[in-house]
Amino acid sequence: MQKNIEELESLSAEDKKRLAVTGLEVDSFNRCGSFFQIDQEIVYSSCEYEGIEILTLEGALAKYAWMEQYYWKLVEKDRDEYTRYVAQQAHPKGYVVIAKKGSKNVLPLQTCLFLAHESIQHVHNIIIAEEGAELHLISGCASSASTQHGAHYGVTEFYVGKNAQISTTMIHTWGREIEVYPRSAARVEENGTFLSNYVAMSPVKNVQMYPVAELVGEGAVARFNSVVVAMPGSCLDLGSRAILSAKDTSAELISRAITRGGTMIARAHILGEVEDTKGHIECKGLILEDGIIHAVPEIEGWVTGTELSHEAAVGKIAREEIEYLMSRGLDEDEATATIIRGFLDVKIEGLPDMLQKQIDAAIDAAESGF
Amino acid sequence: MLRIEDLHVEIGGREVLHDINLHISEGETHVLMGPNGSGKTTLIRTIMGFGDYHVTGGAILYRGRDITNLPIHERARYGIGLMFQRPPTIAGLKLGKMLVATSGNRPEEVAEYAAAMNMAEFLDRDINAGFSGGEIKRSEVLQLMIQQPDFVMLDEPESGVDLENISLIGSAIAKLLEKDRHIVSRHKSGLIITHTGYILDYIETDGGHMMCDGEIRCHGNAREMLQLIKAKGYRECIECKKI
Repeated sequence: MQKNIEELESLSAEDKKRLAVTGLEVDSFNRCGSFFQIDQEIVYSSCEYEGIEILTLEGALAKYAWMEQYYWKLVEKDRDEYTRYVAQQAHPKGYVVIAKKGSKNVLPLQTCLFLAHESIQHVHNIIIAEEGAELHLISGCASSASTQHGAHYGVTEFYVGKNAQISTTMIHTWGREIEVYPRSAARVEENGTFLSNYVAMSPVKNVQMYPVAELVGEGAVARFNSVVVAMPGSCLDLGSRAILSAKDTSAELISRAITRGGTMIARAHILGEVEDTKGHIECKGLILEDGIIHAVPEIEGWVTGTELSHEAAVGKIAREEIEYLMSRGLDEDEATATIIRGFLDVKIEGLPDMLQKQIDAAIDAAESGF
Repeated sequence: MLRIEDLHVEIGGREVLHDINLHISEGETHVLMGPNGSGKTTLIRTIMGFGDYHVTGGAILYRGRDITNLPIHERARYGIGLMFQRPPTIAGLKLGKMLVATSGNRPEEVAEYAAAMNMAEFLDRDINAGFSGGEIKRSEVLQLMIQQPDFVMLDEPESGVDLENISLIGSAIAKLLEKDRHIVSRHKSGLIITHTGYILDYIETDGGHMMCDGEIRCHGNAREMLQLIKAKGYRECIECKKI
């Protein structure tokens, strides 16, 4: 499928490049559909794949009365000032994706939220995978190179049905003075799988998020992966939480963080409420230039029969590793870059190759010099 | 090819190598022997240029060029290669990616050489993470096959390796050293540290050197020297100073 998103043509070459880094395919090639919002204007929303419907949030609320069962049910309106701001909007923006029972998108659905001029962009998204559906999303969020200040408030609610799967890959390219407050939650039913991947390699003022996955059906799985670089002036307070509420559920929360002078707080929490549950947290951080990496892994078990573990490490690249690669002919900068690239290389189980390559490309394209 | 003259080396302010002299000609492979802690590994790591080893006197000449103060990667690019005894593990960095990064313009050789060293299924694994002794050595030889050094230093290539692997590793090293070529057309040279001498079943050598207490105590025929050590241990070497 090839379909140009006409409004993109008006963007500057630099902004197009910034969007490309987030995974946006302008001609929708290799995508089963697209949703594109500039500031508060939804400029494109279409999915030609039969089993998958994409609508604006307002459109979905008008079309389906049952949508109320999914609207503000996982994220509380009163959670904080950012959710209250989104809840107060007379015309809520954002999208709804419904993957019908048994559907499967081989090509991912792309959604793009672009901050061009407005001081605050707000969205509320709802993603539903019905029983047996498999839905892959790639979400690119970026601001214009000319946008100095601004904020993005995003509420996203994911519903993973029985035997269904949702993978969401979010790549951010914000600006130095942009503040970002995503508020996300997922509910995963029996044998459902929720994969959440987050990549942020460019400077941003503040990002704060702590998505939670509630595994309510037996055999449900959640995996969160994040790969981030904290540049000077950036404060990234990122976490993820999994609540293991049913037997045979499991969760894996993995983060790779680098600071080049910014602050990174890597939070993670797994709660094992019932027996026969498993969870693992892995937080690894590299301090390349003086900055802060603060890893806060928490594991909490309430019953016998829940197995939870964590590993966290913060440090620098060992001199021995650099010299090892230098002895093979790489100079010091090449050796350092090769090791850093390896550190950030997270292979995500269950993610289609195309999306893994998109993540790899976003890391390769990082402005931070590796 | 390699000439070391009156070399003195310190680690952490303490002299550990004293007045080392060594000459290895093009096409020759020499053996370095000596008890644990005698300075063998220190010598080859100093030749490679690692940061903890401070040359306080003397010189290292390679192909007539003084490389004493060159950074590690320049020595590697001039053609010096090292098979590590205990290489570091690098979390996240895949062996295959490292080989491609160091292969110059020949990335297509990675798969071919990996297959030859039975390492094809290790290309997607973190370098040395969970590798057995034999796998580490195969990985090291594979890296050298990609690097194609002219002067190959091998730090105990047979330690921790079973009989099946030692045959594979020994044959590959022999090829690296062009032992399949006639001596007249052989250009590669080597320096091998060995305690057991098992590796010498696969590689013909041209000379041996005995190190004790940071000094080279004597030179001679490597096989004869090893037989003597096997029969009498290092005690006589420690007491004797032939040169």
